[in-house]
Amino acid sequence: MKKEFKLISELILQNSKVLDVGCGDGELMKYLKDNKTSKIRGLEISKNKVQNCLSKGLTVIEGNAENDLQQFPNNSFDFVILSQTLQAFLDPEKVISELLRVGKKAIVTIPNFGYWKVRLNLLIKGTMPVTENLPNEWYNTPNLHMCTLRDFFNFCSKREIKIFKSLALKNDKTLNLSAKNLAWRNLESQLGIFLIEK
Amino acid sequence: MNKVKQFKNIIITKPQKLDCGKEISNFPISYETYGNLNEKKDNAILVFHALTGDQFASGKNPITNKDGWWSYALGSGKAIDTEKFFVICANVIGGCMGSYGPSTIDEKTGKPIGTNFPVITINDMVNAQYNLLEHFKIDKLFAVIGGSMGGMQVLQFVSNFPDKAHIAIPIACTSSHSAQNIAFNELGRQAILADTNWKNGLYEQNKTSPDKGLAVARMAAHITYLSKKGLQEKFGRKLQERDDLKFSFDADFQIESYLRYQGSVFVDRFDANSYLYITRAMDYFDLSKQFNGNLSAAFSNTTSKFFVISFTSDWLYPTAENREIVIALNAIGVDVGFVEIESDKGHDSFLLDVPDFLDTLGNYLKTNFKTVNEKRI
Repeated sequence: MKKEFKLISELILQNSKVLDVGCGDGELMKYLKDNKTSKIRGLEISKNKVQNCLSKGLTVIEGNAENDLQQFPNNSFDFVILSQTLQAFLDPEKVISELLRVGKKAIVTIPNFGYWKVRLNLLIKGTMPVTENLPNEWYNTPNLHMCTLRDFFNFCSKREIKIFKSLALKNDKTLNLSAKNLAWRNLESQLGIFLIEK
Repeated sequence: MNKVKQFKNIIITKPQKLDCGKEISNFPISYETYGNLNEKKDNAILVFHALTGDQFASGKNPITNKDGWWSYALGSGKAIDTEKFFVICANVIGGCMGSYGPSTIDEKTGKPIGTNFPVITINDMVNAQYNLLEHFKIDKLFAVIGGSMGGMQVLQFVSNFPDKAHIAIPIACTSSHSAQNIAFNELGRQAILADTNWKNGLYEQNKTSPDKGLAVARMAAHITYLSKKGLQEKFGRKLQERDDLKFSFDADFQIESYLRYQGSVFVDRFDANSYLYITRAMDYFDLSKQFNGNLSAAFSNTTSKFFVISFTSDWLYPTAENREIVIALNAIGVDVGFVEIESDKGHDSFLLDVPDFLDTLGNYLKTNFKTVNEKRI
């Protein structure tokens, strides 16, 4: 399993109610169901992936986070997970506020646009960055709103969102992440993991 | 219509109060079963049929000599696997395949009840079929499943009996019949009523049969079960066994011939009065109204896990209406899965060979049967 999923699951308390937004094939859901909690739901936009999840016995509904989170009441989950998809929404700000309305806490992971290879790409080559984590060209990328770890820190402080815990991933190595080491982590890591609360 | 066979049935002796206020008792419910009930009696599935369906969901239908209406989904090794599950399917009351309906012979007069039959509802149908659980001494069903009107019965069943099914699978249905749904049903009913052979519902006594009206009703309804794209691909403007237009009102086009055929075979197996009563029951179906406009309240005590399925090209019970059920369930934290299956086959998709649908349904039942059993041990 992806290191990212391991770290997310470590943030989730036993027997808590969890919603995985953009749950894909249900890999993380299955792991959480087997190890953490049976009270887990998923939301996924791809029909095929929804069918795969349902076939595995995972409770998933077909839908899109921008429209379909609104059907869940306030605080109906202890944790809402959004893994590496925030940048693909038309309105990430609205999605974050929906995550924090539906969930008591949210776990958001972000591919870091401040990673040194990305910066170098633009600086040296003068082209939009293409890396292992961001494999698409500018004309076919699903990523509409890329941000850096620092951008996300700034966003949270502007919107008065509390960051409970933050971690960074550098080549599958887990690093602690805080305002103090942000400048360096923002350069060396590919991924940020944030546990947030309104 | 048929008076040919004696169908397998149970007689419900205890009185049942209907929504219209009347009370019925000593009435038959005809049914079929598929597969075997296990010792623990925990592998039973109750399947509800749609408007023109019957208890012969699988195998050969003895009246039509054709495969049962859900042969693609139900049988040995199929999605609803009769090697594993014990499936019960009953003819709804109001129907014409042996259950209490307008073609039932009134013992006092020796003639069909006809339009003296009370107007029934989906709720009445479900309450009547509940007696089958007692008959088979099944405490809790593994699942209730149905498409279209069968899906409405699923919703009503879990609302009436919140702890009697582990799994509820409403397919291609709605919680409330829309104006468009009612309009199409009314069109069908008016076609029957306009047939002079209908004779105010006393056609048996008058030795007539409103075949024309019933056939037109079926033709109109049949269009609503298919998608525009499906019709276009299958028929387009293809001509029926002729090289050119005949400048007449014969069936020049294949689609005309097809609809005429559908109408003509339908009247051989279905009773016109049953068509009136069952479409009325569908029109009266409004589950949220039963709970003062709050659909979630219909499910507030449920212990069932839900799986809602819709189809992309179904414009009769479109995805948005199926999604309303999902939204109502999510609003109160009920365990609900939902998927819209890609298909060009319209509302009829649930009856046809749509592999994505059949695979997902089959895997869902298999996985959950395992989980429910593990929990019990």
